[in-house]
Amino acid sequence: MVEKRLLDIRNLDSWYWPIQILHGVNMHLNEGEIVSIIGPNGAGKSTVLKNIFGLISKRKGHIFYKGKNIIKDKASDIVKKGITFVPQGRSVFPSMTVRENLELGAYIKKGDIEAEMKEIFRKFPRLKERQSQKAGLLSGGEQQMVAIGRALMLRPKLMLLDEPSLGLSPQIKKMIFEKVVDINKNEGISFMIVEQNAKISLSLSDRAYVLELGRNKLDGPGKQLLKDPKIQSIYLGGGV
Amino acid sequence: MSIVAQLIANGIIAGSIYALVALGYTMVYGILKFINFAHGEVYMLGAYFAYVLAKVYHVPIVAAFIISMILCAIVGVIIERVAYRPLRKSTRLAPLITAIALSIFLQSLALLVWGSEIRTFRTGEISKGHNILGAIVTDTQLMIIATTIVLMLLLWLFIKKTKLGKAMRATADNLEVAKLIGINTDRVIATVFAIGSALAAAGGILIGIEQNLEPTMGVTIGIKAFTATVVGGIGNIWGAVVGALLIGLVENIGIWFIPSGYKDAIAFVILVIMLIFKPSGIFGSGREEDIRAQGE
Ligand SMILES: Nc1ncnc2c1ncn2[C@@H]1O[C@H](COP(=O)(O)OP(=O)(O)O)[C@@H](O)[C@H]1O
Ligand SMILES: [Mg+2]
Repeated sequence: MVEKRLLDIRNLDSWYWPIQILHGVNMHLNEGEIVSIIGPNGAGKSTVLKNIFGLISKRKGHIFYKGKNIIKDKASDIVKKGITFVPQGRSVFPSMTVRENLELGAYIKKGDIEAEMKEIFRKFPRLKERQSQKAGLLSGGEQQMVAIGRALMLRPKLMLLDEPSLGLSPQIKKMIFEKVVDINKNEGISFMIVEQNAKISLSLSDRAYVLELGRNKLDGPGKQLLKDPKIQSIYLGGGV
Repeated sequence: MSIVAQLIANGIIAGSIYALVALGYTMVYGILKFINFAHGEVYMLGAYFAYVLAKVYHVPIVAAFIISMILCAIVGVIIERVAYRPLRKSTRLAPLITAIALSIFLQSLALLVWGSEIRTFRTGEISKGHNILGAIVTDTQLMIIATTIVLMLLLWLFIKKTKLGKAMRATADNLEVAKLIGINTDRVIATVFAIGSALAAAGGILIGIEQNLEPTMGVTIGIKAFTATVVGGIGNIWGAVVGALLIGLVENIGIWFIPSGYKDAIAFVILVIMLIFKPSGIFGSGREEDIRAQGE
């Protein structure tokens, strides 16, 4: 199988002035892959995603998407190129209904979006039941489904998820990750996922990167990293 | 004529005007978390623009009304672009000080251009009253209420049904996420200033027709509309409308109990009481921290 690079990050330096957060980070994602980024708190994982999405102004290096350098693009340009972003935390529009939240996911699209809406409701039947409720009144898991559903409305090529399981119960976590794998398999959407829960994310990822203090530390196929003794001792709860 | 009915009618009429102005405060606050204290002056400008159009250029009143609303929408957009946008990333105090400076500037400008004398649209005859449920209400007053209702309905339709209206609510809910889904939040903010300013202009024109115009007319209305906003829960659009009607009613019923010279003080007292005991407003928007933070 010939792998096609969808995303290629080369030598990325990034600052929250005056502090340099990322130091020469290299990462890539092939079409159809699920790639995760793990690492301790403050390592710069969210900063990598924000860079891809054009949300960081002070930076150097290259980010190629489908072979084109997108380092100068703003978030509004990036969305149009088929990348969507589910940021960390509860990122719904709380005073708007579930349906309105989903509609807004296709904000930049002209024309009918009923087919997309139906599709989201098929994937998350729970959201169909709750469609006229205010998103802010939903449970944490349901809100995360809204955020993911909203990011799916544009039928993106690549989705960036920042800690999608944060603060959710184990069953909901599992359900969210199963959906991700499902969407990846059936629709060919690629995912770049930042996750604290290394065990789940490594086991479902094609490949993964370990980031520490803003630098590449390790990378490889998810299942291989899962067996790596260093990873086991640091991220999987100590080599007991 | 029944006194109680009359006081209630007067309260609703005053409340309608307050509501038109309060909407601008609350919509801007909802997104930018900042109180545009120059908003009262846009109300004043609206009245003068329509006055000049109607009296000097003999434009028919309905056309003068609409043109003035459009002019004020443009003024609002310019104010946001020139005075507030450059300060968006600064401390919360900076735009507040700018707003106060701007408000003094606009008042002085009006004084310079139109002079300090009180003006009126009225041509002499006071329009005759209708007896409605015991209250005497003039044609002009009926027009105030009708215009307010129509404008509120239009606003409601805009916010509920249009794409830009939804983008506006999304931006108020979460500005950062709104950007992520491709909403041009700068354009949304400009729209909010345009709509808020046009509504304030409508209020100013209606008062200009009912009563009169002077360069400082935006000051008291500003405080009252701001109070209405706080009462309804700042940032809450329909709360501001309810708050405005309440202020109008309390003021007008209040002068049944206290000398009418104190009428304008009632809103101040309500404002202070609300800020001390219930800064999040009667609907408890949960945005208490927001309004407290204004004082930081
Ligand atoms: N908006 C910001 N301004 C300044 N520093 C920030 C900002 N966001 C994150 N940082 C800093 O950048 C570093 C990396 O943060 P982040 O990318 O959020 O880490 P992670 O997602 O891996 O936990 C941290 O030291 C954090 O304190
Ligand atoms: Mg993070």
